[in-house]
Amino acid sequence: MTQLITFIKKEFHHVLRDRKTLLILFGMPVVQILIFGFALTNEVKNSKIVVVDHAHDEVSTEIISKIEASRYFEIESFVDGPLGIEGAFQEGHAKAAIVFPANFARDLQHQNSAQVQIIADATDPNNATALTNYLSSIIQDYQSAMNKSAVFPYRIIPETKMLYNPQLKGAPNFVPGVMAMVLMLVCVMMTAISIVKEKETGTMEVLLVSPFRPALVILSKAIPYLLLSLVNVGSILLLSVFVLDLPVNGSLLLLLAESTLFIITCLTLGIFISIKTDSQQTAMLISLMGMLLPTVLFSGFMFPIENMPIPLQVISNIVPAKWYYLIVKDIMIKGLGFEAIWKETLILVGITLFLFFISLKSFKIRLA
Amino acid sequence: MEAITLNALTKVYGKEKTVAVNEVSFAVEKGELFGLIGPDGAGKTSIFRMLTTVLLPDGGSATVNGFDVEKDYKQIRSSVGYMPGKFSLYPDLSIEENLNFFATVFNTTVAENYDLIRDIYVQIEPFKKRRAGKLSGGMKQKLALCCALIHKPTVLFLDEPTTGVDPVSRKEFWEMLKRLKAQNITIVVSTPYMDEAALCDRIALMQDGKILSIDAPENISKAYPDSLFAVRADHMYALLNNLARYEKTLNSYAFGEYAHVALQSGIDEAVESAALKSWLESAGLKDVEVQPATPDIEDCFIRLATVHQAAVIK
Repeated sequence: MTQLITFIKKEFHHVLRDRKTLLILFGMPVVQILIFGFALTNEVKNSKIVVVDHAHDEVSTEIISKIEASRYFEIESFVDGPLGIEGAFQEGHAKAAIVFPANFARDLQHQNSAQVQIIADATDPNNATALTNYLSSIIQDYQSAMNKSAVFPYRIIPETKMLYNPQLKGAPNFVPGVMAMVLMLVCVMMTAISIVKEKETGTMEVLLVSPFRPALVILSKAIPYLLLSLVNVGSILLLSVFVLDLPVNGSLLLLLAESTLFIITCLTLGIFISIKTDSQQTAMLISLMGMLLPTVLFSGFMFPIENMPIPLQVISNIVPAKWYYLIVKDIMIKGLGFEAIWKETLILVGITLFLFFISLKSFKIRLA
Repeated sequence: MEAITLNALTKVYGKEKTVAVNEVSFAVEKGELFGLIGPDGAGKTSIFRMLTTVLLPDGGSATVNGFDVEKDYKQIRSSVGYMPGKFSLYPDLSIEENLNFFATVFNTTVAENYDLIRDIYVQIEPFKKRRAGKLSGGMKQKLALCCALIHKPTVLFLDEPTTGVDPVSRKEFWEMLKRLKAQNITIVVSTPYMDEAALCDRIALMQDGKILSIDAPENISKAYPDSLFAVRADHMYALLNNLARYEKTLNSYAFGEYAHVALQSGIDEAVESAALKSWLESAGLKDVEVQPATPDIEDCFIRLATVHQAAVIK
């Protein structure tokens, strides 16, 4: 027991005395949350649009003022025709345009229907879809307000409701994603490097010629990073609650317990990498390329897994981050309890045990 | 009783089947200070690693304290002290922390075995708060020795402990080894420095994974069969060239400010040296000085290595 404590104390010395690594360790989660929270958002906010108003009547003016009043749009300019729109798109001043034909109000009153054209710059298809949806819904709102008095015999009004995230904020989606990513990076890379470092500096050779047990080394390497990673989980949650206004809807205790489980999964993965590699560079490359990329691609945080080809969907099942991402989304955003996530939890436990045993089995008790 | 035995121990590396240790057999007595002497690449480190159980032999067998290096590696690991050739302590931990760490790893405390390391530790104690990475070469080696000794090992393996250490620290280091030997610790030490060989009880001269000779250093020197002369002249380079051309020369090489030349023995020394002197003078060298020399370990090693080389070429 004293051996384990001394070992852990030693590991803490290694971590705490390396100021630069420490800065990355604790700075990275904060920076990532802030970047994802404020810079890399795909929400539509104050998008600039141009307006072509051939009608100049009360209806078109009212719609335009509604558009301008919404927080999604900002009217960049009024132009005369297609040339003006294209010019604005090409120079990047605007991402969408709305065109009202002449006699807009008259058509609407006399023929009961009028056309309005929405043109979007679809170089970024997601953004273009979002913009046209928002514009259509503003027009729809106006139409239903106008028709309140009038009576139509048959009408189907689809009522959509965005559950769990009614404002369609980006944060609910990326906070679990960033948590998975940061923990993956910190735990896998740091532990991977820490054992390989002992091989490189030759201290492993001295440790081998001593009565220590491999399980002891693995444990003593894992525990400090477990504690440090929990600090990171704490700082991410604090930031998401107080800076990004994203509360933890479910049980905080359950969230922390599941995070601990995921951290342990990542630590065993890091230890496995370090046992299989011989230099810090290889260990770092493998953890970066082999871990970060699949985490980003296959966790479902950036690209929906359901849209992937079947083989990739199958591959995504072995990525621990995917399961953790699902768990965090369920607890944090949907506010669900353990009964909703026991399956994911079980899978993570399985992956962890598997990695732990192959690590222990492949731990080299000799140099070659 | 023998503390260490090697029986045709062999180590082969890589796809090219480089033989690093070639059927080496010897034994080290309990309490002996045994030296492995040889140039880089002679196979010294490989032998150390096999004896400390961190490398598996590819042939033959070896025992330490009666335990087999393959089967009983656990017993060996807890009873020996090992100081690898490369500085292998934690550079970001202080002297004190390193020592405490290794004491705990071996289930002991610094206080328990302080007697054993006191002589060495007092020299680095003033710097005990300093990180190991910031120590000088000599201090690093003293710390490494303390860490290897802290669990009171019965056998101590020191792989080139004085390489890269200044002459004063080297001398101190060997004095420490003598004191440890007095405590009945078996010590196996390797070194590329021939002058350190004379300080061991027995030495094994090694080259290319083979043992050239094993004996007490003075016996090895005594067994030198040729007549050795130290020669000096005004031009060292011309002198060496001429010595190599001299018909009776077996071997010649620079040795400090002198050149050493080995001639076939059995002839009267005075006659021989006079003949050599006049031959060199006739070759155009001035201030020629020839005197009989007592062979030391280096001369013996060079002779054995040359003979070995010739045998390999044949």
